[in-house]
Amino acid sequence: MAGTLLFNALREAIDEEMAKDSRVCVMGEDVGQYGGSYKVTKDLYEKYGELRVLDTPIAENSFTGMAVGAAMTGLRPIVEGMNMGFLLLAFNQISNNMGMLRYTSGGNFTIPTVVRGPGGVGRQLGAEHSQRLEAYFHAVPGIKIVACSTPTNAKGLMKAAIRDDNPVLFFEHVLLYNLNEELPKGDYICALDQADLVRKGKDITILTYSRMRHHCLKAISQLEIDGIDAELIDLISLKPFDMETIAKSIKKTHRVIIVEECMKTGGIGAELISLITEQCFDDLDSPPVRLSSQDIPTPYNGKLENLTIIQPHQIVDTAKKILNKGI
Amino acid sequence: MSQGIAKASNQSTTGALDAGPHAERLSNLLSAKRANCNREIGLDLFRDMTLGRRFEDKCAEMYYRGKMFGFVHLYNGQEAVSTGVIGAMKKKHDWFCSTYRDHVHALSAGVPAREVMSELFGKETGCSKGRGGSMHLFSKEHHLLGGYAFIGEGIPVALGAAFTSRYKKDALNDKSSDSVTAAFFGDGTCNNGQFFECLNMAQLWKLPIIFVVENNKWAIGMAHDRATSDPEIWRKAQAFGMKGEEVDGMDVLAVRGATERALQRARSGEGPTLLECLTYRFRGHSLADPDELREEKEKEFWSKRDPLKKLEKDLIESSLATKEELKAIEKEIDAEVIDSVEFALSAPDPNPEELNKYIWAEKD
Repeated sequence: MAGTLLFNALREAIDEEMAKDSRVCVMGEDVGQYGGSYKVTKDLYEKYGELRVLDTPIAENSFTGMAVGAAMTGLRPIVEGMNMGFLLLAFNQISNNMGMLRYTSGGNFTIPTVVRGPGGVGRQLGAEHSQRLEAYFHAVPGIKIVACSTPTNAKGLMKAAIRDDNPVLFFEHVLLYNLNEELPKGDYICALDQADLVRKGKDITILTYSRMRHHCLKAISQLEIDGIDAELIDLISLKPFDMETIAKSIKKTHRVIIVEECMKTGGIGAELISLITEQCFDDLDSPPVRLSSQDIPTPYNGKLENLTIIQPHQIVDTAKKILNKGI
Repeated sequence: MSQGIAKASNQSTTGALDAGPHAERLSNLLSAKRANCNREIGLDLFRDMTLGRRFEDKCAEMYYRGKMFGFVHLYNGQEAVSTGVIGAMKKKHDWFCSTYRDHVHALSAGVPAREVMSELFGKETGCSKGRGGSMHLFSKEHHLLGGYAFIGEGIPVALGAAFTSRYKKDALNDKSSDSVTAAFFGDGTCNNGQFFECLNMAQLWKLPIIFVVENNKWAIGMAHDRATSDPEIWRKAQAFGMKGEEVDGMDVLAVRGATERALQRARSGEGPTLLECLTYRFRGHSLADPDELREEKEKEFWSKRDPLKKLEKDLIESSLATKEELKAIEKEIDAEVIDSVEFALSAPDPNPEELNKYIWAEKD
């Protein structure tokens, strides 16, 4: 089958940027000889050598801090969180140094870094490996946060993130690495701050990101059958939000559902719904609704795990309820 | 007292017993080779240390007069370390990484006193444009990677600068890349994971870095020997196969000598060194610290070893300078410090319209 798997799209992006700019390097656990736990850096160690693709000891806080120091002195490091959850151990470096240092230094230093890796709820990986740290990191000033969702945007966003002079937290999803898609030809990038209008519709706006995009697409197929024309926006940029695209859509549909995989309390949707209320209140015909994960550690049991995160039928039911079409 | 265990195991040592185990260590220290000194070097060292001392004294005055706010950690007593290490390195070439006690490291690295004082006053002319404050002094121009306010977080950043140096040399084939990074931190930090993690990585990859421990015995109110299982920090290098050295941190030429040896190793590709400088802060942890725990005898022991007085004595006894010349330098420095205060007082505050500036990198 033709096309490129998502993990290979990321790999191509990193490879192409490393070939073009010798300051770009990768560091993290098993990124080198092993090729990355999800093979995003496969064969790059052989191609670029052990310093440009650096296998680090298991010391997240320290190698993330090392990336900050390397970025301050002229390199453009990409840090892999083998699992994004592990970056809780690097929270201080990401917050105090990646995020705040440019400001506290009065603009002395820039920190061109990308921190990337698999996040989200996988298949029965247990609570610690099923985290949605985009929500935890959301309040940190000075970092951009993006989430890719297709092979095409994965490659274009990764290239943009590497070229950006600011720290970018780049969320991949553990269950999307094998998505297959034909990529655009040639060198292309996707803007880090622009949402993706996935499907145009007039009845209701659905805002989502990462793997939930695909749940929403399933739900929208059903809604279409049921006579509801939903508009789907993939946020892409979780910080800052592309409020222009979002507001434009709400102005048209007057109704909004946020579908997210993070927990409800203090989640991405919590901030988004606040902004929508502040900026789009007069355009709304019904209260905005959040469909979020339960506020619990993700359970191991598969049935309980499915109950923890939002499923497509819940999106369908909610849209119908908002539009009074009966459930 | 808290020093009981160390006292008991060291009963044969006399002299420094009453001043505690840290003083005993200094008393028993076998002096390694001190750096060579000539008139020019000697006067430079004296100038830098005097600037450090007088600058900090002025900070205390300004703080108590309500001109300076927040947490202010002064460096008095430890000047031989900043001057001994940074003075042996190449300015604007090598890199320096500090902590919350960073004023004097910044001055030694060459950041003008006006810029440091302005930063402490929160002014736009400060080295961090008034956004950083006492604990966050930065200067890209002077290769100051910054003051880091949390314990240990600067060490990985310093390691990153050392990594860049090696990367340029070995991955980018720039054979002229030989910069070395000095990472300064205290005894309290040596019980923190980042210290051990970075020692491991530095030695593993033979990175050009000097880990400079300024062991002043006290982590705020926690005595070093109450916080760590083996108080001899320099020996922890051995666990990583790294060279470690214990240095009289009250003797600038001893610190300079040890730094020269570490630099030689780093520049020739042999990797890192752990320098433990035995020193003491003459003031409390910060200007907000009532300093109630340290014994008078301990303070007396260390104040008798004032690093500035020691250098002054060395220079005069070896006929490298006269007392009058040193007095003249002190006068010059006092004028420089007063100038920095006047400059800072009359400098503008940051523009309120630029509150959000520096969050994001500017487009080229």
